[in-house]
Amino acid sequence: MSICLPLFFSAGTERIYLLPSTTMSRTTFFEVEIIDAKTKEQLCFLDKVDPHSTIGDIKNLFYKSYPQWYPARQALRLDPKGKLLKDNEILQNLPVGTTATMYFKDLGPQLGWTTVFFAEYIGALLTYLVFFFRVPYVYSHTYAFTSSSHPVVTFACVCHTLHYMKRLMETIFVHRFSHGTMPLRAIVKNCAYYWGFSAWLAYYINHPLYTPPSYGELQVNYALFTFVMCEMGNLSIHISLRNLKVDGLRVRKFPMPTKNPFTWLFFFVSCPNYTYEVGAWMSFTVMTQCLPVAIYTLFGFIQMSIWAKGKHKAYLREFKDYPSVRMAIIPLIF
Amino acid sequence: MSAAAQGTSKAAHSDVAPKKKKGPGALATAYLVIYNVVMTAGWLVIAVGLVRAYLARGSYHGLYYSIEKPLKFFQTGALLEILHCAVGIVPSSVVLTGFQVMSRVFLTWAVTHSVREVQNEDSVLLFVAAWTVTEIIRYSFYTFSLLNHLPYLIKWARYTFFIVLYPMGVSGELLTIYAALPYVQKSGLYSVTLPNKYNFSFDYYTFLILVMISYIPLFPQLYFHMIRQRKKVLGHTEDYSKVE
Repeated sequence: MSICLPLFFSAGTERIYLLPSTTMSRTTFFEVEIIDAKTKEQLCFLDKVDPHSTIGDIKNLFYKSYPQWYPARQALRLDPKGKLLKDNEILQNLPVGTTATMYFKDLGPQLGWTTVFFAEYIGALLTYLVFFFRVPYVYSHTYAFTSSSHPVVTFACVCHTLHYMKRLMETIFVHRFSHGTMPLRAIVKNCAYYWGFSAWLAYYINHPLYTPPSYGELQVNYALFTFVMCEMGNLSIHISLRNLKVDGLRVRKFPMPTKNPFTWLFFFVSCPNYTYEVGAWMSFTVMTQCLPVAIYTLFGFIQMSIWAKGKHKAYLREFKDYPSVRMAIIPLIF
Repeated sequence: MSAAAQGTSKAAHSDVAPKKKKGPGALATAYLVIYNVVMTAGWLVIAVGLVRAYLARGSYHGLYYSIEKPLKFFQTGALLEILHCAVGIVPSSVVLTGFQVMSRVFLTWAVTHSVREVQNEDSVLLFVAAWTVTEIIRYSFYTFSLLNHLPYLIKWARYTFFIVLYPMGVSGELLTIYAALPYVQKSGLYSVTLPNKYNFSFDYYTFLILVMISYIPLFPQLYFHMIRQRKKVLGHTEDYSKVE
């Protein structure tokens, strides 16, 4: 059984815990015991912990003794099967005595959301281009580095590429990620999904035997227009969601329509960003008249519906005055 | 806290820690018992059919035809089990059950039924025999469990026979798919080629090869899961024998 001495006196920006001398004379210090949730072995014992410390602070302290487990990898719970403790929870507000026992589980290597999104989107973008430029060995060698005679194939490449460039820009400039990470396994799974589908769609659209849409230019132009509208709509929603979180203060209000007509979809749905995303992919399906694109759109729609329903329920729970006419993702339907 | 609990005991014997597992209600239990009895009977019919056909013909060949219809009926009927999980009257994972049932249905319809030339293969008998014995034991296990009267023999059989039956069934399945390959390739069964209006293609031959390859990671996982289950469920008997 190892007892690690609390390394409270450290250089740099870390908090320093000293016995109260002049200020808070009546502060009761806490003790925190950290136990491995599986083996029940005591991993660390921290004493003289300030009761105003947050779980994040405790994770940092634990990290000093176990440098292989950076805070994002740590899962702390008051009960081995209980709820995960959030980083911003304060020690003295927890249902513990002055000696708190916490159970630790290693979540495995973690990656930030930005890193994950980057990998997913760059991969999807580049994979498509491999097929568009007909890199050798993808199609029969007679077609290597040739280009399709159909304008719609070029439009499709531009649309697909701009779609993912927009997503990359949003990841850098628009999205504000609440402090969170993802386990390494998830990035493998997510990248496989994005890259795999991108390759599958691109294979058929850029194939030498590709058949352009049945209704010709009319179909392509109409679908291209709705695609652009939906992309602009999606971007508008992302920007308005960003403006909800002002300067780090988590202002608790739900999104509302603004002067931008694209945001008027908020009158009807909680997650118009997903609505527009589905719209964009449906447009892409019609524009390319390609069954794999339809299948990809369907998968995306199912996943986004699940997310939208969750978000919608969360809004309903949090705000008593939430507009009742709003649905989750499809206006008037669900 | 104890004072409050005393006043509320009445009919509900709710302890401090209420049991979360609800289990199926009386109607659902009755339905499940009927379902499992019918399935046990169905697979017994298939078993008897196989034995009778063997005795009549005097050889192992071509026994598939004698049980083709009940096999299709009862194996397809197992799709209901996915519904049972989805509705919640059976506490299993919908995904896991779905996967298992769909793989059986796939072999029954998309391989054996669809590729007539393989129906004479001995590998078909191999997996049909494995499935038959497995299902008779499995459905009787469920029946008795639901009636809260599970003979140890059935429990033991369920967690022991698989050791031989599972590899036997997998071998039969793989050999059958393998036998079907040349016919699928020649006839272009279930395949779509370019060019076409929806810009889609599907090669059933390649798909079958991928299915065969998928057995490599999947079979050991499922097999060793059952072995671990066996240790857990049957493990305590070793303690008793040690006492003697």
